Amino acid sequence: MPDSRPAYFAWFILPALFLAAALTASLASLLQFGFREHIPGSLQVGGFTLGNFGRMGEWVYLRVFLDSLLLSGCTAVGNLLLGYPLAYALVRSDSKLLKSTILVTTIVPMFTGDIVRTYSWLVVLGKNGFINGTLKSAGLIDTPLELLYTPLGVLIALVQYSLPVMVVILAAAISHIDVAYEKAAASLGASPLSVLWNVTLPLSMPGILSGTVTIFAWTLSAFATPQLVGGGKVNMISNMVYQLGFSNFDFPFAAVLSMVALVLVFLLLYFMALGMRRLERVGLH
Amino acid sequence: MRFLYGLLIAVTLVYVTLPSVVVIITAFSDKALLMFPPTGFSLKWFERAIGYDDFRKGLANGLIITAWASTIALVCGTLAAFVIERFEFAGKRTLEAVLLSPLVIPHFTLGVAMLILASEINMSRTFTLVVICHVILVLPFVMRAVYVSLRNIDPALERAAASLGASPLTVFLRIDLPLLAPGLAGGWLFAAILSFNEFTATLFVTGQRTQTLPVAMYTYVREYADPTMAAISSMLIAATVLFLVAANRWLGLERILSIQQAR
Repeated sequence: MPDSRPAYFAWFILPALFLAAALTASLASLLQFGFREHIPGSLQVGGFTLGNFGRMGEWVYLRVFLDSLLLSGCTAVGNLLLGYPLAYALVRSDSKLLKSTILVTTIVPMFTGDIVRTYSWLVVLGKNGFINGTLKSAGLIDTPLELLYTPLGVLIALVQYSLPVMVVILAAAISHIDVAYEKAAASLGASPLSVLWNVTLPLSMPGILSGTVTIFAWTLSAFATPQLVGGGKVNMISNMVYQLGFSNFDFPFAAVLSMVALVLVFLLLYFMALGMRRLERVGLH
Repeated sequence: MRFLYGLLIAVTLVYVTLPSVVVIITAFSDKALLMFPPTGFSLKWFERAIGYDDFRKGLANGLIITAWASTIALVCGTLAAFVIERFEFAGKRTLEAVLLSPLVIPHFTLGVAMLILASEINMSRTFTLVVICHVILVLPFVMRAVYVSLRNIDPALERAAASLGASPLTVFLRIDLPLLAPGLAGGWLFAAILSFNEFTATLFVTGQRTQTLPVAMYTYVREYADPTMAAISSMLIAATVLFLVAANRWLGLERILSIQQAR
C-alpha cells in the first residue's frame, strides 16, 4: 500500500503533526528552562547554569523523591493485595450480582475526577470526619486519630484512587487463563489454595507485573491526592513542583524536578517492557 | 476459607465506595463544619453550590474547553490513527510514539512544560492554551478507540469500493467512517469525560479567567471547609452515574473499557 498514497494523505497527517510538534516543543522548553538561572522574585530567567541539577542532591529534594518512591511502592503493593481478589471474583464468580456490583463500584470512581475523589477522603479522614466521628460515638476513642495530613492517610487515599485501574488490568489477565488448568489441578487433588498458588497466580504473572508497575508509575505522577490529603505535610514530587513554581516562581528548578519525574516514569515502563518480554520467553504468557 | 474470601471482597468494596457515600450524606448536613454523623437535614449547601459564582463560571469554562478539546481531538485523532494504521511512511513509529506519550507523561510535567512553552512564545494563559493542552492529553484515547474499530473493518470492503471506482477519499468517507462511527462515539465520550475532569495539568495552564470547575473546586476547598464542596461533589457523582448508565445503554461499557484497558 505505501506506493498508493492518496491525495488526502497530507491533510490527514497535518493536524497530528502540529500537535506532536507542540508537545515536543513544550518538553524541549522544559529542558531548556532547566539550564537557566532563577532570579529570585522574578519570572524572568537568567543565563546558562548547571546549578539547578546540582540542587537535586540537596536532602530536602532527595527526601521528597524517596518519599514519593516509597508511597508509590506501598500503593502498588496495596493495590495488588486488594485488587487481585476483587479481579478474580469479577472474572470467576458464579454470582451475576457480585460481578455487576464489582464492575459498577470499579467503574464509577474511574470517571468521577480527581478533585471529587480526593475531597471525599478529606470528609472521611478529617478530625471530625467519618472515621473519627464513628469511633467517637461508639466510645472507642476520646481524642481523634491523626489521619489527615499523614503518610498513612495519603496512602489510604492513593490505594483507593488507583484500585479501579488495577482491577481492570488484573481482570484482563485472569480472563485469559483457561479454566481447564485450574479444574485439572483440582481434579488431581490440589486444594483451592494450592490451585491459586501453583496455577492461577503464576499464570497471571504478566498482569501482576504490568498492573504493579503501571500503578507505581501512575502514583508517582499523582498530584491532587497528596496535595489535599497530604496538606503540605506529606509532599510528593508533583507537590514540590507546584510549590516551587507558584510560591517561589522558581520555574527553572521546577522544570528540572518535572523532568526527573518524567525520566523515572519512562525508566520504570522500560524495565516493565523488558520484564514482560522475559515472561513471554519463559512461556508463562 | 470461602467466608474469609467473601469478607475480604466485602471490605474492599466498602473501602472503594465509602468516600462517595460519606460525601453524599455530608452534603445534606445542616452544620457549616464538616461533622460526622450529621445532626440535621438541610438543602442549603446545594443552594449555595448552585449559586456560587466561581462554580458557575468554572462549569461554563469547562464545558466550552471540553467541547472544543474533545471534538478537535476526535477529528485529529481519527485522521492520524487512520493514516498510521493504513499506510507506511517515514517517521511513522516516532509520530505514533509522540502522540501516544501523554498516556505516561505525568500530568504535572506536561502542565509545567506547556506553561513554560507558552511564556517562551509570549502567549498568555488563554483558552487556546488550555484547549491545546487538553487535546494533547486526550488524543491517545481517541486514537486507541479508532485502532480498536479499524482492526474490525474488513479491508476487502475498502478494496471492493475502490475497484468499483470510488476515489480514496470517497472510500474513507463512505466506507470507513460509517463503520468507525460507534467506536468514534466511544472515543469522543471518553475524551470529553477526561477533559472535563482533568485537574493537574489544567491547574498549571489556567488563569483566573479560564479556570475550569475542578480548579474552582480546588480553590474553594483551600479556602472554605463547609459542605458546599460535598454538595457539588454529590451532584457530580450523580451526573457521572447517570452518564455511565446512558453510555452503557447506548454504546456498551465493554467498548469504553476497551479504551481504558491498556492504561
